[in-house]
Amino acid sequence: MKANCWHGKADVRVEEVPDPTILNPRDCIVRITSTAICGSDIHLYDAYVPTMIQGDILGHEFMGEVVEIGPEVKRLKVGDRVVVPFTISCGHCFYCERREFSLCENTNPNAALAETLWGHSPCGIFGYSHITGGYAGGQAQYARVPFADIGPIRIDSNLPDEKVLFLSDIFPTGWMAAENCNIQPGDTVAIWGCGPVGLFAMKSAYLQGAGRVIAIDRVPERLRKAHDECGAETIDYDATSVLDALAELTGGRGPDSCMDAVGMEAHGHGLVGAYDKVKQTLRMQTERPTALREAIIACRTGGTVSVPGVYGGFADKIPLGAFMNKGLTIKTGQTHMQRYLRPLLERVEKGDIDPSFVVTHTLPLDEAPRGYRMFRDKLDECIKVVLKP
Amino acid sequence: MRLRAASRGIQAPRRPEPVDRLAQGLGWFSVALGAAELLAPRLLGRAIGAGDHPALTRGCGLREIAAGVGLLTRPDPAPWLLARVAGDTMDLAMLAAAMADADRDAMRRLSGAAVAVLAVTALDVYAARAARERPAAAAPGSALRDGSVRVEHSIAVNRSAEDCYRMWRTLENLPRFIHHVESVEMRDSGRSHWKAKGPAGLSVEWDAEITRDDPNAVIAWRSVEGSRIPNSGVVRFAPAADGRGTFVSLSLQYEPPTGALGLTLAKLFGADPEQHVREDLRRFKRLLETGEIPTTQGQSHGPRPLWYRAFGGAGR
Repeated sequence: MKANCWHGKADVRVEEVPDPTILNPRDCIVRITSTAICGSDIHLYDAYVPTMIQGDILGHEFMGEVVEIGPEVKRLKVGDRVVVPFTISCGHCFYCERREFSLCENTNPNAALAETLWGHSPCGIFGYSHITGGYAGGQAQYARVPFADIGPIRIDSNLPDEKVLFLSDIFPTGWMAAENCNIQPGDTVAIWGCGPVGLFAMKSAYLQGAGRVIAIDRVPERLRKAHDECGAETIDYDATSVLDALAELTGGRGPDSCMDAVGMEAHGHGLVGAYDKVKQTLRMQTERPTALREAIIACRTGGTVSVPGVYGGFADKIPLGAFMNKGLTIKTGQTHMQRYLRPLLERVEKGDIDPSFVVTHTLPLDEAPRGYRMFRDKLDECIKVVLKP
Repeated sequence: MRLRAASRGIQAPRRPEPVDRLAQGLGWFSVALGAAELLAPRLLGRAIGAGDHPALTRGCGLREIAAGVGLLTRPDPAPWLLARVAGDTMDLAMLAAAMADADRDAMRRLSGAAVAVLAVTALDVYAARAARERPAAAAPGSALRDGSVRVEHSIAVNRSAEDCYRMWRTLENLPRFIHHVESVEMRDSGRSHWKAKGPAGLSVEWDAEITRDDPNAVIAWRSVEGSRIPNSGVVRFAPAADGRGTFVSLSLQYEPPTGALGLTLAKLFGADPEQHVREDLRRFKRLLETGEIPTTQGQSHGPRPLWYRAFGGAGR
């Protein structure tokens, strides 16, 4: 089959690799009909996530048709149309029973590696470095899906791929990020980053009762999308001071909740921005936490900071003094996908939301390298790339 | 639940022994004195009547700081305390040399310094002896005094003690999760016959007997007399609080055929027994909780780099 493989910094190649096979009794094999490039894939593309190995198959947002099942798969059958969540969960451990699926204790074969860096291991993730399992990803024609009865959700309606594909990650991730904001009716929510997760979080925040959503970015077409399609007020951080603007918009009090939907590759200004870039390049810190710093400073006292943005290692100059003295709550984590798949699919089916609004480009799988470049450099107003194997 | 914790470096709350506190105090004293000698050698020299020897005083300062850092950061204070005793002797010798051509005022100051150094020397000697007499704790996974190795680890399993016990008591299951065991066969005598991967890929075999069998609580076993690699193990199953599954603790002890040197070599090449036991228990948990052991071995991938294949990563 063809698969998009990682070969190093800014080097991905679509190559011929062996077809996947069933390795464990609870596996299934999915023939992929649509797959997407995620913002977090760009962290891999830019080689900021450790433990990638040349030849790793990328991709964790995919859907398709079940073509083979292992002997212990009971719920799915060959021919089912499924969306596969990016996290892999066993369904039976302490965390799965608490419905904290992304903390599953059993699905990371390289848990010892994660324990070395993070103390404990989260669940396995498709196509996302060896520290989260080294599972082959879904930017390919086929993928092996472990614990097939726990992860994939069957799509019985005939909604097109583009409307359900993003149940695989960014829609539930934006939704949980909004839940993590602890939104009370009428609350003001400020969201750093108008990429796909940020945009879904904006729509989710309104669906969860927010009164106002303020979006922060500098890319014109993304700010436009946040404003026109998600109903957000926008701040262009290249044109104005974010902290001043937020204070101005909230009568000096600050937003009730602040969300960092940017993560480890934020762009900072001036000395601090240069400082982060130098330290990250020298591997003295793994993150450029500009958005997180601003979110903590901007948030009202007693407010909540939600972090769906991806971080991998260590950051410095985090304003802990503000965090502590303002009595903030911080909530984060990989998405507990299985909590959200069913209810969010129902919202799509009811027409509450049409997730295809983020798609700007659809390319054949062969053009994945071009898609990565375009998405990273925000060329041609690129916001979301869907690949067709 | 009984974690065999002490040997894993975990200890119930207790006061540090007096010798630990004394060593700590001497460590800080060393660092402070060393800093003074390093930063203000002339002032110090005049204060004790020893005159102007900045280079020599700075050298002594470095020595003090080294001993102090050693005492404050290394687990075993004994060698650093001995180093301090040697340093004290050197200081006393230098003070005596200075007394040889000292005037009255310098003599008074030098005598004062000598009394102080003698007092500290007495403390150092006392602490060094106390530290040497204290038995050193063996690090987990390292050779014990008798040359055998003991490794211990525990893990929380989200199943009942009955389920855990049943899986383990069916000894034929052990090769599914214990890395180095290839097969276990039950014999009519009640003994079991074990085959395992030994060092350098050699296969080793032995017979074992169950020495303790408390249903749903404890299983202990031991190789019979005359085995080439004498070994024993005990696994305990203790219900966790609030019905949160079972704590499974495993302790394995064996005499490595290659001795302590072989063990060290094996560790250098990544065959750390501690890590193996940790992964063995993780596989046990995963097998019980999910019915399989999650893996990526044998999955598809693109062309791998040479270094990855060279280290046995092929197929992953």
